[in-house]
Amino acid sequence: MTDDLNDLKALMDQATPRADAARRAENIALAKETFAALQGSRDEVRPTAVTGPKGLWTGVKTMLNTITSPAGLTTTTTLVACGFLFITPQGQDLLRPPSAPQITMTEFDSTIPQPRIENGPLTAEELSESVVIQEAPKEGEGQLLLGPLETPEQDSGFMDRSRAEPEELPQIASDALGTQMEDAEIAEGVMDRQTTTAERRHTLGVAPSENTATVTPSVAPERLVVAPPAPTDDVAITSAQNTESFANADTNPLRIAAEEPVSTFSIDVDTAAYAVVRSSLARGQLPPAQAVRIEEMINYFPYDYPVPDAGEAPFRPTVTTFQTPWNADTLLVHIALQGRMPEIAERPALNLVFLIDTSGSMDDPAKLPLLKQSFSLMLDQMRPQDQVAIVEYAGSAGQVLAPTAATERTTILQAIQSLGAGGSTNGQGGLAQAYSLAETMAAHGEVSRIILATDGDFNVGLNDPEALKAFIADKRATGTYLSVLGFGRGNLDDATMQVLAQNGNGTAAYIDTLSEAQKVLVDQLSGALFPIASDVKVQVEFNPARIAEYRLIGYETRALRRKDFNNDTVDAGELGAGHAVTAIYEVTPVGSPAQRSDPLRYAPNTVAETSDELGFLKLRYKEPGADVSRLIELPITANGAPGTEANFATAIAGFGQLLRGDTHLGDWGYADAIALAAANRGEDAFGYRTEAVQLMRLAESLSRAE
Amino acid sequence: MRMMTSDEDLADAAAAGDGAAFASLLDRHYDRLFAFCFRLTGSRTEAEDLTQDICAALPAKLASYGRRAKVTTWLYRVAVNAAHDRRRKRATYAKATNGWGDWEVNRTAAIAETRDKLDWLTAAMNALSEDLRDTLALVLDDMTHAEVAEVLQIPEGTVSWRISEAKKALRAMKEQEDMV
Repeated sequence: MTDDLNDLKALMDQATPRADAARRAENIALAKETFAALQGSRDEVRPTAVTGPKGLWTGVKTMLNTITSPAGLTTTTTLVACGFLFITPQGQDLLRPPSAPQITMTEFDSTIPQPRIENGPLTAEELSESVVIQEAPKEGEGQLLLGPLETPEQDSGFMDRSRAEPEELPQIASDALGTQMEDAEIAEGVMDRQTTTAERRHTLGVAPSENTATVTPSVAPERLVVAPPAPTDDVAITSAQNTESFANADTNPLRIAAEEPVSTFSIDVDTAAYAVVRSSLARGQLPPAQAVRIEEMINYFPYDYPVPDAGEAPFRPTVTTFQTPWNADTLLVHIALQGRMPEIAERPALNLVFLIDTSGSMDDPAKLPLLKQSFSLMLDQMRPQDQVAIVEYAGSAGQVLAPTAATERTTILQAIQSLGAGGSTNGQGGLAQAYSLAETMAAHGEVSRIILATDGDFNVGLNDPEALKAFIADKRATGTYLSVLGFGRGNLDDATMQVLAQNGNGTAAYIDTLSEAQKVLVDQLSGALFPIASDVKVQVEFNPARIAEYRLIGYETRALRRKDFNNDTVDAGELGAGHAVTAIYEVTPVGSPAQRSDPLRYAPNTVAETSDELGFLKLRYKEPGADVSRLIELPITANGAPGTEANFATAIAGFGQLLRGDTHLGDWGYADAIALAAANRGEDAFGYRTEAVQLMRLAESLSRAE
Repeated sequence: MRMMTSDEDLADAAAAGDGAAFASLLDRHYDRLFAFCFRLTGSRTEAEDLTQDICAALPAKLASYGRRAKVTTWLYRVAVNAAHDRRRKRATYAKATNGWGDWEVNRTAAIAETRDKLDWLTAAMNALSEDLRDTLALVLDDMTHAEVAEVLQIPEGTVSWRISEAKKALRAMKEQEDMV
């Protein structure tokens, strides 16, 4: 130890936590059990005092015979007695405190739907280099010890992988979900934990051997893996095997306009979060806060914003400011972008490559069958000049349908119907093949898009996310777009979906019902498939003389750095044909009683003092395929009353914040959100807004029940 | 009475099948083992899991304890190997899954507060290579360079070199911080 390291040592000593007592006891018990098991096979006849195995007593005799001194005699006898206690089953029974290992027995289920053992944490077999695995127990005997050795109070300080809490599964699952986001073990879900436990217990049957044989591959299939059968009804889906992960970030904090007048973000036309929220509520659970991305909920709905005039930019911004429903002392700045809707006949020819996940986990009524139906619906929207190809990926990637004209409906439908689920997932292999197929289909002036349909399993084949990200970003430059459709719950890797779609210039949507498929793939197909503006960035500069504080509602995952606004190489969101994008700021005017920070006494005087503008809106976008961005600028002024559309968007923003448990709403609750949304449903030709009001009611009831 | 017995005698007895010896040996060293695991991994959760891995594997490993070294040395070697295995095992997996989450989080962590939560120690340890981190973890446990060399089964000179490298890295990090 030298002086240089003293600081570090002090820090380290301070940081090193004490071993958790419960965990300590458990681990030591595990070690003892393993130790005892190693001393002899459990299948042997239990030795008793009378029938005890010869070796033991022979050994004692030998020892006794060689003992000479009385002290040595005492010592050795004690040794033998203690050894007896620990080595023999009776001895163990004697030693075991009555309250200790209450082991929950779980029947070994021999029909395992998804043995996922490749990615589990280190198992004891792998840990020790010199073990031989005994023959796996016969099926009848294959009872696994899955349960807790002890059930002390849950220590919230860490995730315990050796404990399964069968009685509290739904709650634990959602807890685990929350923790997973911070935890480094995002996808290593609860199921993996159980598997690990099972494997670990299994090693109790391992016999020692001195640096000899190794584990042979043939043993591997006999490893015991316990996975609950795939749930079939909706209510039970969020169970112990929930390995979902969601992309989200901390709620945007309140910013002080004088300190940080500029707010920059990328638009987001994804809708996945709303559909995930809906599917959670529909099965009677409030969605995990991490799953709620407010901007995606707002942008789920079509809005009747003013459309751009012919010959102008491909979208038209509209800014309204009005009093905040949940706080009379603040204002909402409602920024709406409405994209142009080109005539369908004028759409460029479309090359679609369906990249379909057919891994074993897709074998669920809400996944592959729904996917087939959805794509069949979509086929009716295709025009004669469009082309379709299908690539499936499971353990390996394969082309199911060569590029085929959309007019050959029967061929395409047959190919879609022929898809079957099985095997593991090789997302990257499939992606590479889909991109190369899309490139062969592309011709000048046509739009090529890959539609990746998956339940989110990207575990196999994706060894280097940076390389895959670079791969997708590189392919993005070739003009091929990538959209992601998520199916099914329980395994949804929302974070990966977001990353893929964002880097692939596409959208991410979540399909939970056939009517959602109708919305995404039929009603709003043009928006999903035909981009009208790329890399759309929004920057708002607030006038500190008028605005004291502001916060952006939602768009947490879309924040951009201020300087990236003018950097055309920085990627941002795409706007599709007819898409509407809404962003809402809550701002506190200077002098308002709602202001939370004190004004600076020595703030610099600027021209802002004389301006009535609340702020200044700047938008950047590129024409699809262009490299240089264009700029749209617009002052933000205080202009009165919100319309139906802005009011509805506000109601959804409030709903999202309620679901996230945000603190800015005060007493404003579900009832207010319902009233505001119900009164502003507008024309609602498709019934989306009515459905939203129903969801709010459901959430209200569920939140009361909690 | 057992407390008087040396670690080495206990280990010998345990290797010969003495369960009580094994139990008291583990009991004696568990806390230190856990603390060491924490130093190796830098995370409480990871340390708990690593300790569990070691506990599960230790009985089988006992056979390989041939009284050639001190029990602590041997125990630490088992721990270092287990940590390596665990890291290797996790590396691919973490890249494939956690990496995405991390990437997404980092990309969106425009909110500066998040970064401040990473304290200096974590940052410092993470900045070091795995070899340096393991070596440092042992030295910070008051082991001499010779003992560290025995645990890691590398020459003593290499230990000294690694420590000076680690110091260099830490100094550089401090200087950079001071500049900021």
